Amino acid sequence: MDYLYAFLVGGGICVIGQILIDKTKLTSARILVLFVVLGCILGGLGIYQPLVNFAGAGATVPLPGFGNTLAKGVIEEVDRCGLLGVLTGGLKASAAGITSAIVFAFLAALIFNPKEK
Amino acid sequence: MDNSAKNKKLYQEMVKKASPNSHIIKDCVKAFVIGGIICCIGQFITNYLKELGLTQNDTGIYTSSVLIFLASLLTGLGLYGKLGKFAGAGSIVPITGFSNSVTSPAIEFKKEGFITGLGAKIFIVAGPVILYGVLTSVVVGIIYYFIK
Repeated sequence: MDYLYAFLVGGGICVIGQILIDKTKLTSARILVLFVVLGCILGGLGIYQPLVNFAGAGATVPLPGFGNTLAKGVIEEVDRCGLLGVLTGGLKASAAGITSAIVFAFLAALIFNPKEK
Repeated sequence: MDNSAKNKKLYQEMVKKASPNSHIIKDCVKAFVIGGIICCIGQFITNYLKELGLTQNDTGIYTSSVLIFLASLLTGLGLYGKLGKFAGAGSIVPITGFSNSVTSPAIEFKKEGFITGLGAKIFIVAGPVILYGVLTSVVVGIIYYFIK
């Protein structure tokens, strides 16, 4: 059952992105920024977490889930160490994602060459 | 004869009405299916790690990292770009799209050197995402600090 919810919600979030691309001519970079910012705001308001509880990876894998991670991290750190948490929380929570993106991208660049166009 | 001509006209009008939207619907179906499948792969990894006894928080972090690794590899092999042409937002919106947006320029700009090429351009797409994501999180943090 969790696969069904992950599929429906994850697919649904992608459809929203697709409609934005087709209807508004927003570039994919802008869509990515929009989704992360939106996820962060919804996370801060406590609205995104219920969706995560319901859909699991369907809500955490799309980029609003990344925004939610930032918001959750900053809130946890503010709870733990006060105002300093404002500066440390976001990147701390997303550190693994950003670092693995850097590491795997660098390794891929070492191994692979650009494909002929 | 008269009737069939009428039908033909009617049909053409229907086509006219439907066609501007039909490619959007087709795009959306592709995005829905591919995006959904990527999330299901994420769910599969999550479930597997949970069975190994990892905590909820660690499971999420590992799942993201595995997906980022897979997307990096597929990008290097030139397969993620092909998927992207088919799936549109279905391959952009998941975290794998974020990984692709880091790996793709890293490979592309390697020929301009490791510092000013790869080093400077690796975040050409993902940089804004991190910038505005972190800024938003700081605003969320400040508001939360004062209202909690």
